[in-house]
Amino acid sequence: MIRFEHVSCEYEKGQTVLNDLSFEIQDGESVGLIGANGAGKSTLMKVLLGLLPYSGRILVDDLEVNKANLKEIRRKMGFVLQNSDNQMFMPTVFEDIMFAPLNYGMTREEAEKRTEDTLNELGLSNLKHRHNHKISGGEKKMAAIATVLAMDPGTLLMDEPTSALDPYNRRIVINTINKLNKTKIIASHDLDMILDTCRRVILLSNGSIAADDGAENVLTDQILLEKNRMELPLSYSHMKKQ
Amino acid sequence: MDRIDHAASELREMDDLAALSSPIHSIHPLAKLIVTISYIILTVSFSKYDLSGLIVMLLYPVIIFSISGIPIKTCFYKLRIVLPLVCAVGLFNPFFDKAPLMSIGSIAVSGGVISMITLMLKGMFCLMASFILVATTTMDAICAALRKIRMPGMIVTLLLLTYRYISVMIDEVSVMATAYKLRAPGQKGVHYSAWGSFLGQLLLRSMDRAEEMYSSMQLRGFSGEFQYADVSPAKPKDYLYTVFAVGIFFLFRMINIATLFGGIALGGSL
Repeated sequence: MIRFEHVSCEYEKGQTVLNDLSFEIQDGESVGLIGANGAGKSTLMKVLLGLLPYSGRILVDDLEVNKANLKEIRRKMGFVLQNSDNQMFMPTVFEDIMFAPLNYGMTREEAEKRTEDTLNELGLSNLKHRHNHKISGGEKKMAAIATVLAMDPGTLLMDEPTSALDPYNRRIVINTINKLNKTKIIASHDLDMILDTCRRVILLSNGSIAADDGAENVLTDQILLEKNRMELPLSYSHMKKQ
Repeated sequence: MDRIDHAASELREMDDLAALSSPIHSIHPLAKLIVTISYIILTVSFSKYDLSGLIVMLLYPVIIFSISGIPIKTCFYKLRIVLPLVCAVGLFNPFFDKAPLMSIGSIAVSGGVISMITLMLKGMFCLMASFILVATTTMDAICAALRKIRMPGMIVTLLLLTYRYISVMIDEVSVMATAYKLRAPGQKGVHYSAWGSFLGQLLLRSMDRAEEMYSSMQLRGFSGEFQYADVSPAKPKDYLYTVFAVGIFFLFRMINIATLFGGIALGGSL
């Protein structure tokens, strides 16, 4: 379980990015984080991962996010970055996926087995020995997800997982997310994807929670969305027109 | 292709070369590292007038190029910027050392000319040997080999990350140069008035990307020490290669093979 207790974060003194956030995420929940640019979605994920300082208290399975617990907390959470190029820094996909298992103390044989299993699970065996710079954007996104899944994290955090993907690859990523039996926190502007993958949505506005409810309730509330510089998901607005 | 994109693809080609399969590629990275270091040290140790002794050292790169399947022209092409600089090192020797050392027919050749050629060849051979190492071994494997010979982890990690970040930086330069070019049609290169802001932006963007990559590494358990490529234990053939190659280099260094065979060819005896 993840618990935020009065969490605030500011980059510079007086410039508050997160403002007194309190909420809980239960194990196995899929939560969509939505909000306009600068609302605090990425910052929220970064404080949860201990990448940014914060005030208040964040608990992950009763462990407080602080320097002493960082290693254990990061072991429990996998973060898929928005830009896969920044996530894939090893020469080949195979080596990149093996990076985390090796760092977490697996022997090379165990890490290779884990990597093979992860690639098979995601249907990416064809990418095994491909160089990172030679794969397409969609393949890179899937490989980036694989690098994180190889850690077998209990919680998966994703920042804009479908950005810059064509419809076909977007659908593959959505189907993959839906198949994963983990706690998922997904930050995105792709509200249709959020509707497809998340049961619950937290709407952030200027670092505060503007809404925290079931995905359908939040994503069909035109007034609420427009008030927070968002629009109805395309699939819903088309349905409404018909 | 844009010059910057071309540079990036050339850098990536090195990874492709290192991923090829050949008897040289399959040799243990530590063996290749030791052979390369020995070759460079022994090549550099030749006297500045020992041109005939030095020339035999060319055999190593020539043989390795042919076994590894890497065309020698690839080496010269990739080293095209560094090679002229290396060759320029001894360019002034003929002006300082004018004493005749030998004669070809009726033409006297000064010690300066010989030392200039020797210096050029030394530089060229060393670059070729380094290229062979990098083109037949992945950077991870080289770093693993460096760790095996107790090179400090900090330096090796720095080397590996520098190698990785060069391509990130080139990508950033490429994006910025494209954006600049599209708004400065007909202009050749970046105008000097924009150099400051261009470099400043490049630094900031590179730092942002580097920070994000580092976060990604940290989040996947990185704690300062890379888990380098799997370097399996050396096999008998690796020992044999090292001993044989280093032995031959010593032989070439101790005995002037070219003069020896020249003497035999001209009717002398051993």
